[in-house]
Amino acid sequence: MVAIIDYGLGNLFSLANALEAVGGKPVLTSDPDAVLKAERVILPGVGAIAEAVQTLGASGMDETVREVARRGTPLLGVCLGMQLLCSRSTEDGEHEALGIIPADVLRLSEAGGLKVPHIGWNAIEPTREHPLLGGLAPGSDVYFVHSYFVSCRNEADVLAYTEYGARFASMIARDNVMGAQFHPEKSQFVGLKMLENFLEI
Amino acid sequence: MLKKRMIAVLILRDGQVVQSVKFKHTNVIHYDPVHAMEAFNKWAVDEIVLLNVSREEETAAPFADVMARISRHCFVPLSAGGWIKDEDYAQRLLRSGADKLVLNTAFADNPGLVQGLSRRFGRQCIVASMDVKREDGMSLIAVDRGRRVIRSRPVDWARQCVEAGAGEIFFNSIDHDGARRGYDLETLREVTGAVDVPVIAFGGVFTWDHLAEGYEAGAAAVAAANIFHYKEQATRAAKSYLAERGYLVRNEGRAFG
Repeated sequence: MVAIIDYGLGNLFSLANALEAVGGKPVLTSDPDAVLKAERVILPGVGAIAEAVQTLGASGMDETVREVARRGTPLLGVCLGMQLLCSRSTEDGEHEALGIIPADVLRLSEAGGLKVPHIGWNAIEPTREHPLLGGLAPGSDVYFVHSYFVSCRNEADVLAYTEYGARFASMIARDNVMGAQFHPEKSQFVGLKMLENFLEI
Repeated sequence: MLKKRMIAVLILRDGQVVQSVKFKHTNVIHYDPVHAMEAFNKWAVDEIVLLNVSREEETAAPFADVMARISRHCFVPLSAGGWIKDEDYAQRLLRSGADKLVLNTAFADNPGLVQGLSRRFGRQCIVASMDVKREDGMSLIAVDRGRRVIRSRPVDWARQCVEAGAGEIFFNSIDHDGARRGYDLETLREVTGAVDVPVIAFGGVFTWDHLAEGYEAGAAAVAAANIFHYKEQATRAAKSYLAERGYLVRNEGRAFG
């Protein structure tokens, strides 16, 4: 069973739908016990990080996610969910995130006339082999929608880079904890394959 | 590098996909929008926009149901618009699988709603649809599916939409809609130069070259409706045309090959 953490933010329907399309059995839940019992956990999210941190904290889900990470359960943060795994964010002030991966969440630069948010299909360039990337060619395009990006303090935590003005970490991975800045559920073949891979980790 | 997007638009009236010509909708193209969507989803399209252009507000609930049916088969971003007059309905569309909300008349009549939605769901979720209409030799803005002209210049309107919380602009021209002579490039160019958010060009595509013209006018994405329905694999042919001319289009990966 894959638990998708439902804390009122994001298009969970699409994520659940995509997981079902590749043979998964997703359950949307806001219950910490159900999350702890799951074989795999996805932390989704769209929108403002301050609200997400606050909502997760209010229900104790923040501690649950940390516990999932500690227990070694495969944990995938998607979009804002990946940013939530980091140490802190500078979105609208400074906010502590969950602190699972030592990284900072910073605003994309508009230097050179780049439009922010970064919306659209862009390529991922993996730094190494990883089960999540099985069967996928480097340079595959995935769908991004974000104004902030993850800057890892340890380069070893970066699983893939993407170029948008500057290079940023579009995927992170450390042991059982993984993150994708893009939306696999909206990235057609490439994203579905990635979710299928996640179900086998 | 960010790729140039190509978007298919499904215009729905009373739950059926219709052809739009100068904002009049007569020919039914598909009786079932799910079929149209499935084809687009397979054919290299990067994104789908679903618009409810029915005149009757009672179509809002069935439209949300159609959304839910469509989104089950859709693994590219899906935007939905039409009759979004309150937060509840916006939420319902999102819960039915919409990734973005397309708002038009609300920017004129209820900017507070737009601001609230943008705060709550993020500006990446808000697409400002703006319809340009030529009147007295000037480009002006029309709302309410073209019925009401607002004496505002498109450039000012676009900036105002961004200020109210839009993360993207969906640019359309009533005069060019269905007219088969390409986008309103002059106004499009002004708008893409005036805002920092991505602009989607729409209205008037009849040849693949029209799509290229949209990119040249600064659009981050080019959209079409009618033309994509009439040819098998039309979106794939359009993509190949653009790729051959050096536009960076999406690498589909083909993981399931």
